[in-house]
Amino acid sequence: MLFQLIQSTLPGKEKPGFDNLYFFVKKKQGVQTERRVIVVVGGTKIVVRGGKLVAVGICIPVEVISSLQNPNSLTVEIPNSDPIHQIRPMVAAKMEKSAADLPASPGLSSVLKSLKLKTKQQELLIRVSVLFLVYVLAFITRLFSILRYESMIHEFDPYFNYRVTQFLTQNGFYEFWNWFDYESWYPLGRIVGGTLYPGLMVTAAFIFWTLRFLRFAVHIREVCVLTAPFFAANTTIVAYFFGKELWDSGAGLVAAVLIAICPGYISRSVAGSYDNEGVAIFALLLTFYLFVKAVNTGSLAWALASAFGYFYMVSAWGGYVFIINLIPLYVLVLLITGRYSMRLYVAYNCMYVLGMLLAMQIRFVGFQHVQSGEHMAAMGVFFLIQFLPSHQYSRPTISRFYVVIIKAILTSSYLVQVFNFLDWVKYLLDDPKKFHTFLRFTVTSAVGLGAVALGVGTASGYISPWTGRFYSLLDPTYAKDHIPIIASVSEHQPTAWSSFMFDFHILLFLFPAGLYFCFKRLSDATIFIVMYGLTSMYFAGVMVRLILVATPAVCLISAIAVSATVKNLTQLVRSKSKPAPAGSSKGASNTKASSKGSLEQSMPFGRNGAIALLLGALYLLSRYVIHCTWVTSEAYSSPSIVLAARGAHGQRVIFDDYREAYFWLRQNTPPEAKVMSWWDYGYQITAMGNRTVIVDNNTWNNTHIATVGRAMSSYEDEAYEIIKSLDVDYVLVVFGGVTGYSSDDINKFLWMVRIGGGVFPVIKEPDYLVNGEYRVDKGGAPKMLNCLMYKLCYYRFGELTTEYGKPPGYDRARGVEIGNKDIKLEHLEEAFTTSNWIVRIYKVKPPNNRW
Amino acid sequence: MAAPKFAFLLLNLISILPLLVSSFSVDRPTDRRILVLLDDLSLKSSHSLFFSSLKSRGFDLDFKLADDPAIAVKRYGQYMYDGLILLSPSTERFGGSLDVEGVLDFVDSGHDLIVAADANASDLIRNIAAECGVDFDEDPSAVVVDHSSYAVSETEGDHTLIAADDFIQSDVILGNKKIEAPVLFKGIGHSLNPANSMVLKALSASPSSYSTNPSSKLSSQPPSLYGTAISLVSVVQARNAARIMISGSLDMFSNRLFRAGVQKSGSLNKYEKSGNEQFITELSKWIFHERGHLKAVNLRHNKVGESEEPSMYRINDDLEFSVEIFEWSGSSWVPHVSKDVQVQFYMMSPYVLKTLSTNGKGLYHTSFKVPDVYGVFQFKVEYQKLGYTSLSLSKQIPVRPFKHNEYERFITTAFPYYGASFSMMAGFFIFSGVYLYNK
Repeated sequence: MLFQLIQSTLPGKEKPGFDNLYFFVKKKQGVQTERRVIVVVGGTKIVVRGGKLVAVGICIPVEVISSLQNPNSLTVEIPNSDPIHQIRPMVAAKMEKSAADLPASPGLSSVLKSLKLKTKQQELLIRVSVLFLVYVLAFITRLFSILRYESMIHEFDPYFNYRVTQFLTQNGFYEFWNWFDYESWYPLGRIVGGTLYPGLMVTAAFIFWTLRFLRFAVHIREVCVLTAPFFAANTTIVAYFFGKELWDSGAGLVAAVLIAICPGYISRSVAGSYDNEGVAIFALLLTFYLFVKAVNTGSLAWALASAFGYFYMVSAWGGYVFIINLIPLYVLVLLITGRYSMRLYVAYNCMYVLGMLLAMQIRFVGFQHVQSGEHMAAMGVFFLIQFLPSHQYSRPTISRFYVVIIKAILTSSYLVQVFNFLDWVKYLLDDPKKFHTFLRFTVTSAVGLGAVALGVGTASGYISPWTGRFYSLLDPTYAKDHIPIIASVSEHQPTAWSSFMFDFHILLFLFPAGLYFCFKRLSDATIFIVMYGLTSMYFAGVMVRLILVATPAVCLISAIAVSATVKNLTQLVRSKSKPAPAGSSKGASNTKASSKGSLEQSMPFGRNGAIALLLGALYLLSRYVIHCTWVTSEAYSSPSIVLAARGAHGQRVIFDDYREAYFWLRQNTPPEAKVMSWWDYGYQITAMGNRTVIVDNNTWNNTHIATVGRAMSSYEDEAYEIIKSLDVDYVLVVFGGVTGYSSDDINKFLWMVRIGGGVFPVIKEPDYLVNGEYRVDKGGAPKMLNCLMYKLCYYRFGELTTEYGKPPGYDRARGVEIGNKDIKLEHLEEAFTTSNWIVRIYKVKPPNNRW
Repeated sequence: MAAPKFAFLLLNLISILPLLVSSFSVDRPTDRRILVLLDDLSLKSSHSLFFSSLKSRGFDLDFKLADDPAIAVKRYGQYMYDGLILLSPSTERFGGSLDVEGVLDFVDSGHDLIVAADANASDLIRNIAAECGVDFDEDPSAVVVDHSSYAVSETEGDHTLIAADDFIQSDVILGNKKIEAPVLFKGIGHSLNPANSMVLKALSASPSSYSTNPSSKLSSQPPSLYGTAISLVSVVQARNAARIMISGSLDMFSNRLFRAGVQKSGSLNKYEKSGNEQFITELSKWIFHERGHLKAVNLRHNKVGESEEPSMYRINDDLEFSVEIFEWSGSSWVPHVSKDVQVQFYMMSPYVLKTLSTNGKGLYHTSFKVPDVYGVFQFKVEYQKLGYTSLSLSKQIPVRPFKHNEYERFITTAFPYYGASFSMMAGFFIFSGVYLYNK
């Protein structure tokens, strides 16, 4: 028999039960018309040694039911047993070839051939057009913000990114790379070029330059505004291919649709949200997709592509740490579950080594990639897999050339030579027992050495410890106790259930179902998505903003659930109406479907039930679409720099106070003026007001921020000393008492106290509280009612009647009448207050002339 | 009606015009036009020596009664005077629009002030003085009494005419010539507000003096003001270089005390003429910026070997710094020569502090290396010396780190690493070749 072994899922081990079914695809060489699939049912023994199949238990010949519809999967039917299992060869390329070579059943071949080509084309057409529509949908659903407001940059960080991009397009890459920005963090300055992830800016600048080259006279702002939607649209394509790789093209399509409108992703990628996450999620998913592809194929080319995807991700966002920890973890899990293969070895080594070298080219990452604690897991796993003798797993499918290249790469790094040495030793020692002893000894001593090296490295400071952000991910209470500056950011708070519901909607229920399907058909790829889903869900629970990272996984897993269920149900519906074998050949590939089909015989109302369930699924999905559109238009399309409210008569009221204030700063203050504000507004002041700020949203220097916090929470004369020492000319506060805008400085004030008190113990939080209660009315703490922040916010507020029927000085944001209406300023004077009092700017007076 | 009014305005304007031209300016700091407010026009003759000394030095004096309703120091936002002399200790409120705020604004916009109080000084004068850091004795009838250093006199026996000779030790304020004769003082004493760091005693009372009402009996309580805490004449130089003189005695400006001979009790030296004239004249020269006014110009810095001023330095650059400092001699700017002018290279604290060397022609210069710290630095010249106007210059200059291509390309100590990388590259190719094609 001239059968060739193509693939086994797990050689060398045995597990009982149908779920752990091993199979071999054997193909008679030279004979094109015949094709056989042999399934080995669990409980039988397969002995594999030295890469060669030595003995196989019972082999049951089965017939090919369907293979042409989806060359990636085959449905086989085993005679004498009920369950039908879907089998999915790993080597897609090979199977495609064989599938294409394979004609249909001999009798109808000529008729069906033309018909099937047509359906194939039709399917392709439908798939492409659906994808195209999804692509367009993903883009346009993110344009709500432009329609509602205008083409503008949103929020805080995007303003910095925008300013940097402007600088990049005006001054070129080298100036950008070396940019020392002295307008922020006065007087320390900030080396912008070395403290940011340049991916986003370079991407936008590249798009800008391309458009310019094509003679489209666009403004850089438009490019920046539309970068995030553009990349979100690209993400849908990646999601399609990822879904296809994980399950089938149907799941891919569903994944593309789900991710296109999922609010969890839209929240960070609407037009104008020009932030790192906009491109980073694309890069993240691309890297994962390429890596899974590399693991599935064992192809060096895909692994290389994955390394470049990783490079792009590193250049775009600090979240790359997730990749570089998840992938080693995945490798480890595969190792433990005995799924380790040469494919994995090739994919991981190539991805890690090249990815690391590329990542180190990003200035902000640099040697952190080999020195900091967060990256040590990847390195440890890298060294670990060098121990595992690779001969045992080498398959003819992996070209010798690849192995050589990999070894050459590894050999070239001197450390690894040690590990290749093992193979050589094994080659010398014939006796496996001797080798195992040797291996045990080497592994133990190497792990010991590694642990010692890690310990020494950490103790000597060569390997930096984990950062606070990383700790706070593992221990959600860590930041609250130790790093108030991280805890103060609202997007770093633990996630509430409602926001899960808000961001995922039905995906929240589909996610476990998808996990079920993944476990049902476990493969290297589904293990990956399961791990990605579970870890990112954990992180999403720790921090609100990490919902974003979980979104692609949730969409993919839910897509599997949707796709599998719908496929099953439709098959059920179809099989009844068309009992002919043609129906089953069309239905394609789903074990569940067919099993339901077989179960259906015992269920008389199965078909009606299936229709009802289909309708239910349709209803749920349409609810999802409605929910997503509503959330996008109502919640996530607000630029937060322009506020909108409903007036008394239901009309829309726009508060454009931020821009009013920044424009005032730009027009009315000397160019070298320094503006002190809480750090939230730093980026906006530099970008829009074009003035120097003391602290900004890049919270790299806690002491400097604490100094500002201390100034804000001190009495005016004490604050004046600090203000003078920082050469401050203007102080800017954000106040929502008139409009009822609640994220103002008074509500943020306790964080200023905490952060200030963290560095300067003279500031004590209890001084600002009354019985643990934070109040601004008459019952407020005396220090609270006289600190600088209070004075600046409520200066002359006591004269103002904000609401009919309330006393003057009624704070609408907090719903109380303020406690100190008679505020006199000594060292500062009011310079500008915007029309709705949201931004108030004070000028610092020079010291008294005669004192 | 309109036409004459207009003509009057025009006339007024024309009369003001020359005043405007010769007004106080940065280039010519000496005052020109001075408004003198008097309690009584007779002071004009009784204090004529003081006024004629001012006139002879080129000042335009404008005498007005303190309650003259036409008093105005400001018109159309412009001050019409450069200096103000208040010889009106008993005026409760000024005529016209002038009030305490007006006087203080006058000072805060860079103009000079001489205030003379006396026993029974009005609240107005007290308030002005208090705003300048000088607190007169709260007892309105109190005067300074000194039983050991009084001026020997035949007529007055209550020891309220004091011969004071404890002058401020500053040639800039009181001139080069030492004041030999004691100054005769008769009037109210004051103390300096400790919160005010700008006010100085120009003439202090002796340790044996105290402030009391001479007609009342001494109570067992110690007097509120006594000893050297009493200042007789104080001066303030405000941050904007406006200068203020506050005296507790109106009489010390008078012709009578200018001309009087003086003999301090317990001293055998008898002077023909009191020190009043010299003291008042020299002090008024200082007050009206005929002396001790500095200006710093042409603050320049550049890299060594270049002449252009860069917009930014790099860490470890060598730079040259220079500044020119001139002193107003009363008629022209002459180079100020001093060995203690320092420059700071400052970012929250001085990273470099260097004394500047001078060429004697007003140019001060030095050179130093930019510290190995990046950030927004300032060149700071803080020159504060007694009597001189304080110079406080700062110029912001960012200092950037090295660019990526400014580091040394090849370092000798790193040759092993270069060797390692190149041998690795070579090894890679050889190994691949051998492995691939050797079997």
